[in-house]
Amino acid sequence: MIPSIRQPAAFRILWKLYVALFFVYLALPLVVVSVFAFNDSLFPSLPWKGFTLEWFFGQSRPMIGVFNERPIMRALGNSAFIAVMVSALSVAVGTSNAFLFNRYQFRFRGLLYVLLLLPLVIPGIVLGISILIFSSNVANGLEDSFGWDIAALRPGLVLVILGQFSFVATIVTLVVSARLQKFDPTLEEAALNLGATRLTAVRTITLPYLMPALVGGFIVAFLMSFENFNTTLMLVGSDAPLTIAMFDRLKEGSTPLLNAVSLVLMIGSTGLALLMILFQGRKTGG
Amino acid sequence: MQTGARIGFILLFAPLLLWLGLLIVIPHIDLFLLSLRERIGVGEYRTSLANYIAFFGEPLYLVTFMRTAIMSVLATVLTLIIGFPVAFYIAKFAKGRAQSVLFLLCLVPFWVSELVRTFGWMILLRETGIFSELLQWSGLVDGPVEMLYNDAAMMVGLVYTSMLFMIVPLITTLESLDDSVIEAGYDLGGTGPSVLREIVIPHAMPGIVSGSIVVFMLSLGNYLTPTMLGGKDSLWFTEMIYAQFIVRFNWELGAAFGFMLLILSSLIVWAMLRLTGQTLEKTMG
Repeated sequence: MIPSIRQPAAFRILWKLYVALFFVYLALPLVVVSVFAFNDSLFPSLPWKGFTLEWFFGQSRPMIGVFNERPIMRALGNSAFIAVMVSALSVAVGTSNAFLFNRYQFRFRGLLYVLLLLPLVIPGIVLGISILIFSSNVANGLEDSFGWDIAALRPGLVLVILGQFSFVATIVTLVVSARLQKFDPTLEEAALNLGATRLTAVRTITLPYLMPALVGGFIVAFLMSFENFNTTLMLVGSDAPLTIAMFDRLKEGSTPLLNAVSLVLMIGSTGLALLMILFQGRKTGG
Repeated sequence: MQTGARIGFILLFAPLLLWLGLLIVIPHIDLFLLSLRERIGVGEYRTSLANYIAFFGEPLYLVTFMRTAIMSVLATVLTLIIGFPVAFYIAKFAKGRAQSVLFLLCLVPFWVSELVRTFGWMILLRETGIFSELLQWSGLVDGPVEMLYNDAAMMVGLVYTSMLFMIVPLITTLESLDDSVIEAGYDLGGTGPSVLREIVIPHAMPGIVSGSIVVFMLSLGNYLTPTMLGGKDSLWFTEMIYAQFIVRFNWELGAAFGFMLLILSSLIVWAMLRLTGQTLEKTMG
């Protein structure tokens, strides 16, 4: 670090060792999960019984691979659907919020900004139960007064999407705001001077500038939705997303099938995260 | 133009209002109202504090509540102590490419679902797990060792799960600390510990506070890790909320529990901000 400050060599080595140990700690659970996905055994534990790909592609009991296990694939589909919806909603609302707080001065601006940050400090499970209570109240009210039975307000996909969106929107707002603050407004004014309408200026100048943040926000939202557990747990209906389906399996006992699912998930999410980093590096670095 | 700006404002304001109103404010008011409702017969209710009286009157509820709070504080402190040297190393010792690689390595595990991480710890710690087998193989122990289902295992999982949220704000604030300020501290006769106490920690305070708030919130609201790694004695408050809502179907009591959890978390976050003179906008925004 700072060359002018001398520290005992032993101290430095110890420190390095500690940092190395820390990364071992970070990697260990993920490594064992991945490795045991390839163990030719019915349990994800030692002894090692040989290498197999059956937990990915196996067709017959007891070794049915991930890609042939219908409930898991269906749960994966549910998760993907929920994540896309949550991300799309969050990016739309987050961008709108970013523009609102960046461009307008209005009454209760400060108060609303604090309110906007609150979902970050509300425990996920509390967020889940309050949305559950509210939607049940509305559903019961509609049923009692009009005789309408609205399935969307009962636990299920729609509520899971709304529940996750309720806090993911905050994160996306922060991501988009950070970039919008760096935007030079004179660029937009130049477009206006050249005869563009306000909407055209935003569409052709500001939105392209925001693109890295929008894509980044979308991916962050997607990953957060995909791995969310607490809020989802309270709102889930019969179409369980993958985390809930895996949790139910894990409670019954684990097989390397779960390792294989985990590895697929890890590869998927790491790939997405890398994609995001590459994308942002290219846009901002160039 | 004036009306145009006004329409623009309303169009941008509506989503914010719908989102915060329908998904945050009204649901939490409903949560509070439900917690004040007492069931006195089939379909008959009255407003009372019965659920809160039940909460404070039953030692199991109160003990679990306090235990969850204390264990979450402990998890936060452990995360800070374990993460700080690593963050300092990445921010100040590592240079260039090594720095960004180390930083990315910190992030990667956390793009993986919490369930997968917890599952990994189960494979490592359980009776038939890797650690147990290794210990037996090395001859240190004779029989299988169960390391899962106790507070220590749960703590390992909690710290692991929230590490990222401590490391990233710490690195960000530590990076902004100019090396020459540390040098000046040494030039003026400071020693390692005194420079750390007088210069580094005060500078890193915003990072420490925002990291601690997030880690505390994540631990307090965690359900998965205590359920999967903790034992029968490590009951977590979120498990009680879940039980009231899903198993017992006693939403009124569950709502009271939820509201208590909300109050506890708000109080501790507020106290932490107050003690360090930070604001929510500065640390989160």
